[in-house]
Amino acid sequence: MSTPLLEIKNLHAEVEGNEILNGINLTINPGEVHSIMGPNGSGKSTLAQVLAGKDDCDITQGQILYKGKDLLDLDPNERACEGLFLAFQYPVEIPGVSSMQFLKAAVNAKREYHGLEELDGVQLLQLFREKADVVNISMDMVKRNVNEGFSGGEKKRFEIFQMAVLDSEFAVLDETDSGLDIDALRIVSEGVTNMRDGKRGFLVITHYQRLLNHIVPDVVHVLVDGQIVKSGGIEVATELEQQGYASWAEAEATAS
Amino acid sequence: MTTTEEVAKITQDKRDYKYGFVTDIEQEFAPPGLNEDIVRFISAKKGEPEWLLEWRLKAFRHWQTMEEPDWQFLPYSYERPNYQGISYYAAPKEKPKSLDEIDPAILETYNKLGIPLEEQKVLAGVEGAATSAADALGGGGGKVAVDAVFDSVSVATTFQDELEKHGIIFCSISEAVKNHGDLVKRYLGSVVPYSDNFYATLNSAVFSDGSFVYIPKGVKCPMELSTYFRINASNTGQFERTLIIADEGSTVSYLEGCTAPMRDENQLHAAVVELVAHKDATIKYSTIQNWYPGDETGKGGIFNFVTKRGICEGDRSHISWTQVETGSAVTWKYPSCILKGDDSKAEFYSVALTNLRQQADTGTKMIHIGKNTTSHIISKGISAGEGHNTYRGLVQMNKGAANAKNFTQCDSILIGDRCGAHTFPYIDVRNPTASAEHEASTTKIAEDQLFYCTARGIEEEDAVSLLVNGFCKEVFNELPMEFAVEANKLLAVSLEGSVG
Repeated sequence: MSTPLLEIKNLHAEVEGNEILNGINLTINPGEVHSIMGPNGSGKSTLAQVLAGKDDCDITQGQILYKGKDLLDLDPNERACEGLFLAFQYPVEIPGVSSMQFLKAAVNAKREYHGLEELDGVQLLQLFREKADVVNISMDMVKRNVNEGFSGGEKKRFEIFQMAVLDSEFAVLDETDSGLDIDALRIVSEGVTNMRDGKRGFLVITHYQRLLNHIVPDVVHVLVDGQIVKSGGIEVATELEQQGYASWAEAEATAS
Repeated sequence: MTTTEEVAKITQDKRDYKYGFVTDIEQEFAPPGLNEDIVRFISAKKGEPEWLLEWRLKAFRHWQTMEEPDWQFLPYSYERPNYQGISYYAAPKEKPKSLDEIDPAILETYNKLGIPLEEQKVLAGVEGAATSAADALGGGGGKVAVDAVFDSVSVATTFQDELEKHGIIFCSISEAVKNHGDLVKRYLGSVVPYSDNFYATLNSAVFSDGSFVYIPKGVKCPMELSTYFRINASNTGQFERTLIIADEGSTVSYLEGCTAPMRDENQLHAAVVELVAHKDATIKYSTIQNWYPGDETGKGGIFNFVTKRGICEGDRSHISWTQVETGSAVTWKYPSCILKGDDSKAEFYSVALTNLRQQADTGTKMIHIGKNTTSHIISKGISAGEGHNTYRGLVQMNKGAANAKNFTQCDSILIGDRCGAHTFPYIDVRNPTASAEHEASTTKIAEDQLFYCTARGIEEEDAVSLLVNGFCKEVFNELPMEFAVEANKLLAVSLEGSVG
C-alpha cells in the first residue's frame, strides 16, 4: 500500500492554554477527499491552522505525518513548498502588493525549494492562464492587489486559483463555503472537482452539508469538542443535516 | 516589482554590507583641518573666479559664528564630527580628459555598484551602446545620463552631445563655474543661502563638486539625468553642491543614487541641493540613499546632514521630491519646497527605513507663499531592529497664500519590539482660506499577513520585504523605472536579519 498523504495520530493542541484538539486520528490517502463537519468551536479551524503551521497553536501530544515526513518539523513555508495548501477561511488583504507579485514570489519559492529554475514573467502569465481555465476564474484578479477590495466570493475564488497555480498535492479548505452565494459556491466546488485527479488529497472543512453536494467526499468525519466522533460516507452528512449536531454532542457527553 | 530571483541573489550577501569595498587609487588630499587657507586652497585647486572665492570665504566666516545644532530627535547619542580632523579636499590625482583615461580602479568601483560606464562606447560612437548602457542601470527602458561623482571630483559625464543638441547643460558644478559662470553666479545660494544653517554654510565654504543642470525654456529633457555619489576616501567629508534650474516651460527628471564603502570611522556628508523651477516648469528629483548604516552596535556609518530645497519660482511651476532612504547611521534632512508662484505645486514622497541602530529624523517643509498653491506629502517610515525613525514636517501657509492646500499622509510601520517611530508635524496657517490636512498611522507588521505569505511558501524574511514593499507602493510608484527596481532590492537588503 502506498504511503498515506496525511496521517494524524492522537493529536492534541492548545490555543492560549485551552485544549482545542483532543486526540484526533485521521488518515487520508492520495486521491481521497475527506470532509470534516462540526459545530462552531469544535476545533475545525484549529485543525486547519495546525496543519498549515500557524504558530499560536501549541501541539501538546501526537504526531502528523505528511507524505511520510514529520509535518511538525517543517516551517509553514516548507509545508507549502511540499505541496500542502490551506485555503483560508478569512483570506487577508495585503495592501500595495499585486496578486501577480505575490504569486510570482510563491511559485518561485516553491520552485527554488525543489531546485527548479524560476519562472519569468511570461512563463508565469502562461501558467496563470492555464490554471485560470482549470478553475474557471477570470484573470482580472491577478492584476489587483492581493484580496484588496475583493468581495467575499472573489476572495474564496482567489484561494482556489492559488491552489491551482501552486499545484497543491494536499489542500485543506477551511470553510471555503462560508459567505458564498450559490453561484460562487458552484464555481469554487467546480474548481476543486476539476483538480481531483486520483492523486491529490483534499480535506474539506465545512459547517454545512450543501458544499458536499458539489464536492462529493469519500469520507465524512464529524468533529465535536476536538474529537472525531463519527466517520463514514456521505450519508453521515445527510444524517447530520437532518438531526443537527446536538445529538452527537449528547452522545459524546454520555460516552465520556 | 520584487522578484524572488532578486531577493535570492541579495540574500547571498547576507548582512555584509554589499558595497563594502575600497578602491585603491592615488588621492590628492588637502591637509586635515579647516581655516581660510584651506578654503583658498580648494578654490585655487579648482581654478575658481574671485567672486566664488569671496562667497566661500563669506560662508566660512559666517560658519565660524555658528553653533552645531542639536534639536533633532535622536535617542542614541553619537560622536559629533571633529571638523578640524576632516580633510576637505580629495581628488583623484590624474584628472581624466576622457573616459579612456579614467583609472581602471574607479571604473571597477562603479562596476561593483552596477553603474555602467559603458558610455565609453557611446562616446566612441558604437551603435546601440546608448540604450544598452541605460538598460544596464536598472532594466528600465529609458535613457539615463550619468554624472558620476567620485569623492569630490566629477569624473565622467555622459550623453553630453545629445543633451547639448537641446541646449541642456549637464555637467559638474566646477565645469559650470568655468563655462557658465553667469548662471552659477545668479543661482548659487539663491534657494539655500550661504548663511542658511550650520551644515549648508559649511558646504558653501568648502563644497568640492556636484552636478549642475540647466534646462532652457520650453525644453523637455529627453532622458533621466543621474548622479551617483560615492564616498570613498577615509576621513574625507563629502560636500556636494547640486544646482538644477528649469527655465520657463521646461521639464526635467533627476536621479541621485548614493553608496559608500564600509568604514569604521563615521563620515560626514553635508550636501546642498538647490532647485529652481520657473514659470510652468517641472522638476522631479529622486534620491536613493544606501550609505553604510553602521554595524549592529551602531559603530561606523555615515552622517547624512543634507540640505535640499527647491523653489517654485514661477506660476504653475512644479517640484516633486521622491526619496528612498535606507542607509546612513544618522539621517537628518528635509527636502523642502517654497511655493512662491501662484498655482504652483509641490510634492514630497518619502520612504525612510531604519534598521540596526540607525536613526533618521527626516521629512519636509512646504512653505506656501503664492495663491492656489498645493502641496502633497506622503511619508512612509519603516523601523526595524533598534532603529528609530522620525517624521518631522512643516506646512506653512503665509498670509498671501489664498486657497492654498496641503495634504499630508504619514504612515509608520514597526518590525519587532525594539524600534521606534515618531512623528512631529508642524502646521502653521496664516491665511483663512488655506487648508491643511494631516493623516497619520502607525502599524506593526501584521501576523496574519505574514502567515498568509508563509503559508504560500514564501520565506518569512521575503514575506516581510514583500509586505513592506506594499506599504511603500505609493512612494515607489513615483520613482522612475530604473530606481523602482533598485528601491525594492534595497529594502530587501536593508531588512535582512530584522525578523526572528
